[in-house]
Amino acid sequence: MADMERINTPVETAIAEHFAGAKAVLPGDAGARETAFARFAEAGLPHRRVEEWKYTDLRSVMREAAPLAPALADDDAVAALEASPWFAGIEAARIAIANGHVVASASDFADLPEGVSLETTAQALASGHPDLAALGAIPEASENIAYALNSAFMSDGVVIRVAAGTKVETPLHLRFVITGDSAVATATRTLVIVEKGASVTLLESHDSADDVAHQPNNVVEIVAEDETEIAHFRIDGHGSGAQALSTLTAHLGAHVAFDTLNMIARPGLVRHQVFMTFAGEHSKGGVRGATMLGERQHADTTLFVNHVAPHCESRELFKTALDGNATGVFQGRIAVAKEAQKTDGQMMSAAVLLSDGATMNNKPELEIFADDVLCAHGATCGELDDDLLFYLMARGIPRPEAEALLIESFLGETVEEAVDETDEAMREALMGVARTWLAARG
Amino acid sequence: MPAVQETIDRVKEIDVDQYKYGFETIIEMEKAPKGLNEDIIRFISAKKNEPEWMLEWRLDAYRRWLTMQEPDWARVNYPKIDFNDLYYYAAPKSNEAPKSLDEVDPEILKTYEKLGIPLREQEMLAGIAPENRVAVDAVFDSVSVATTFKKELAEAGVIFCSISEAVHEHPELVKKYLGTVVPKSDNFYASLNSAVFTDGSFVYVPPGVRCPMELSTYFRINEKETGQFERTLIIADKGSYVSYLEGCTAPQRDENQLHAAVVELVALDDAEIKYSTVQNWYPGDAQGKGGIYNFVTKRGDCRGKNSIITWTQVETGSAITWKYPSCILRGDGSRGEFYSIAVSNGRQQIDSGTKMIHLGKNTTSRIISKGISAGHSENTYRGLVSAHRKASGARNFTNCDSLLIGNNCGAHTVPYIESKNASARFEHEATTSKISDEQLFYVMQRGLDEEEAVALIVNGFVKDVLQKLPMEFAVEAQKLISISLEGSVG
Repeated sequence: MADMERINTPVETAIAEHFAGAKAVLPGDAGARETAFARFAEAGLPHRRVEEWKYTDLRSVMREAAPLAPALADDDAVAALEASPWFAGIEAARIAIANGHVVASASDFADLPEGVSLETTAQALASGHPDLAALGAIPEASENIAYALNSAFMSDGVVIRVAAGTKVETPLHLRFVITGDSAVATATRTLVIVEKGASVTLLESHDSADDVAHQPNNVVEIVAEDETEIAHFRIDGHGSGAQALSTLTAHLGAHVAFDTLNMIARPGLVRHQVFMTFAGEHSKGGVRGATMLGERQHADTTLFVNHVAPHCESRELFKTALDGNATGVFQGRIAVAKEAQKTDGQMMSAAVLLSDGATMNNKPELEIFADDVLCAHGATCGELDDDLLFYLMARGIPRPEAEALLIESFLGETVEEAVDETDEAMREALMGVARTWLAARG
Repeated sequence: MPAVQETIDRVKEIDVDQYKYGFETIIEMEKAPKGLNEDIIRFISAKKNEPEWMLEWRLDAYRRWLTMQEPDWARVNYPKIDFNDLYYYAAPKSNEAPKSLDEVDPEILKTYEKLGIPLREQEMLAGIAPENRVAVDAVFDSVSVATTFKKELAEAGVIFCSISEAVHEHPELVKKYLGTVVPKSDNFYASLNSAVFTDGSFVYVPPGVRCPMELSTYFRINEKETGQFERTLIIADKGSYVSYLEGCTAPQRDENQLHAAVVELVALDDAEIKYSTVQNWYPGDAQGKGGIYNFVTKRGDCRGKNSIITWTQVETGSAITWKYPSCILRGDGSRGEFYSIAVSNGRQQIDSGTKMIHLGKNTTSRIISKGISAGHSENTYRGLVSAHRKASGARNFTNCDSLLIGNNCGAHTVPYIESKNASARFEHEATTSKISDEQLFYVMQRGLDEEEAVALIVNGFVKDVLQKLPMEFAVEAQKLISISLEGSVG
C-alpha cells in the first residue's frame, strides 16, 4: 500500500519544458514563478480522483500542451478584435488583449474615465508595482492548480485602480481574443482594486477561433474595499476547439455590493472558477451564470463562496441548457465560518437537458460552522416541461420556436437578477448570447 | 403531544452520564490471536467449520484488501488504525453451539435483558399482541448467541438464522447471493469485512410470502480491543415482504473500537424490504475519548421490477460514522427510499448519506435526511443521485436539512447529482438553520422551559423520518434523540 511516485504525463512534461524556456523572458520576479510552478509540478494536472476536479479530468482531456503565444503584429490583433462582437452596443472604455498581450493601439488608454488609473501587468511585473501585493488575496485560490499555472506563466493583462469615492459611469471593457491557425496558450492576469466608496462596472469578453485547440488561462482578481459597488459581466465566447481555464476572485470588504454574471456558449471545454470571500460585514454578493452547450462540449462552473465575516448575504443562481452530447458541471460550495453569524446564503442550480446524450453533474455543497445562519441550496435537472410546450404549441407556435422561447426565459432569469432593469442595452448584450446560441441550434 | 412529553421526561431522568448501555459483561471469552493474516482467516473459518469455498472466498477478499488504500475522502478525522492490533474473533467460551436458550451462558442472557431485548419467547409474548411480535437474532461480539421464533418463521417458509448457520444449511442461497450486491473488492472496509466477517443475520423470504413478524438483530460489542465484523444478507423473493430492524450498543471504554459491517439486500420482482436501524454504539465521552468507529457498507439491490427498498436510520451513537445505505434501482419501476436522522453531540463525527442509482426505467427515489449537530461535533450529509442513459422517466426528490445547536459544531451537505437522461427529473433542496428565537419564544411563552422547548421543536423537525419507523422503534428513537441532545442547550 506504499504511495507510488507520480510519473509525469507527456503533457505535464511538455508544460515543464515550456516553463523552463519561458521563465527567463517573462517579466518580474522569477522566484515567485518558480514557487507557483512547483505547486503544479507537485500535483500535476488535476484528474477525476482530485475531488474539486472530479467532473473535469484535465489529465485525460489535455492531450497537447500548446506553447505560450508571442505578441501579435498590430494589424493581426486589430483584425481579430474587430471580429469579436461582444458588448459592441455598450459604450465603454475598451482594453484590448490579443493572444495574451495588451494591444495599446486598440485600447482607449488615453481616454480612461476620471479616477481610473491603469498599467499593463507586464509593466507592473517588470517594475515591481506596489499594487501587485494585492494579488493572491484569497488563499484557497492560490492553492488551485489553474491559478498556480497562471501565476507561473502570466505574461500580461492590466492592473486597474479606481480612486476612492469615484463613481465611474463608463464601463471598462476587457476584450480578450486569441487568433492563429496553430494552437497557443495564454496566461493573463488582471487586478482591479476598487478603493473605498467607489463604484465601477467591468465587462469581460473572450473570443477564440473555432476548431483550434487554444489554451487560454485567465485570472481576474478584484479587491473591493469598503462601501464599493461593483458589477462584473462576462461573456465566454471561446471557440469549439478551445480548452479554457478562467478564475475570478473577489475579496469583499464591508458594505460592498458585488455582482458577477458569466454567459458561456459553445466552448470546447471551459472551466470557470469563482472564489468570493466576505471579509467585511454587511456585504452582498451575487454570483450568476448561464451556460449553453451542444455537441461534445463541456463546461464546468466551480464556486467557492467563503463567509468569514458576519451579516453578509450571498446569492448564487446558475442555469444550464444542454443539447447534443454535451456535459454541464456545477460545483458550488458555500462555507460559513464560526464567526460569520447571521449569514444568509442561497444557492440554486437548474439544468435542462434537451437531448438524451446530454449529461449534467451538480454538486452544491454547504459547509457550516456558525449556528445562527440561514443557508439553503437547491439543484434540479430535467427536460423542458411538456405542459408548457403544449400550451405554446396550442397557440400556433411551432415546436422549435416554443422550445426556444422556453429556453430563453429559463436562461434569462440569471440576466434579470443581475442587470439593473433600466439598463436595456446591457440586458440585450447579454441575452444576445443566448439568442445567437438558440438560432444556431435551429 | 404525548410522545413529546414522554421524551422530555426521559431527558430529565437521564444522568449527566448519558450513555446507559455502557456496562460490560464479565464472561470468559475465547479469542483468536491478535492481528490479521491468512492464518487468522483460516482460524476464523475453521472455528465456524466452514466449507472450503467459503474459506477461499475470504482469502480472495483478504488478498484484494491488501492492495487497497484506506479511504480518506470522508469528512472525518481519526488517528490511523493499526489493523494488526485488533482481535478479529472473540466468542463466549461456553458458546459451543447452544441447542437452546438453556445452554446459553446466563450472563449473556442477563446482558440482553439489561438492554431490554428479551430472548425467551415466552417473555416476549407476555402482554404483546401476536402481530406485534419481533423475532430476534442476538449477536454478541463475533457470534450469534440466539435466534428466536425460528420455528414459527419456518412454518411460513421464512429462513431467519445466523449467516454462519446459513453457510451450512443453505449453501446454495448463500453462494448465489453473497457478494452480489457488495462485491468483495467494493471498498476498503467491505473487503476487510469479506475476509474476516464472523457472524450476522441471514434472511430469505420465499415468493409471495409476507413475513409474519418483524425480524430484528441486536448487535453487542463486549470484548476489549475487538473489532466487530458482521455480515447481513436479506433476500426477498418475488412478491414477498419483510421488515427488518437492527440495533446496536457497546460498553463504555477509553479505547476506540472498530465496527465494519456489510449489509446486502436483494429484492426480486414486486418484493419489498424495509430495513430500519437504530444505531447507538458508544459515542465516546465529552472529550472524545473512546467510542466506536462505525465504517459500514449497506446496499440494497432492487433487482426485480417494481421492487421497493426502504432504509430508515436513526444515528445517535459512534465516535465516527461512515455509512451510506444505498439503493441500486435496476428493475423497471423499482423504488428506493432513504429516511435518516443523524444526531451528533460531544466530539462525534458523522459522514453519512445515501446513494440512489437509477438504472431501470421509471424508477423513483426519495431521500429525507435530517442532521442535528450539537456540542463540538461534525455532521455531514453526503449523497449521490444518478440516472444512467437508459433510466428514462427516473424521478428523485431529495430534502436534507441540518440544524445546529451551539456554535462549536459543524453541519455540512455534499450532494452529488448526476443525470445522463433527459427525461429523468431530479430535485434537491437543502437548508441549514438554527432553532429560531421566535420559535423558542413562542413555545417558552406557553410555559415550557428552554430544554423542553428545544425537544419539542427538534421532534417536529425530525417528524417526517420518525413516521417511517416501525411502531416499536419510533418510540425508542424519540427517546434516543432526546438523550443525545441533553446538555446541548445554553
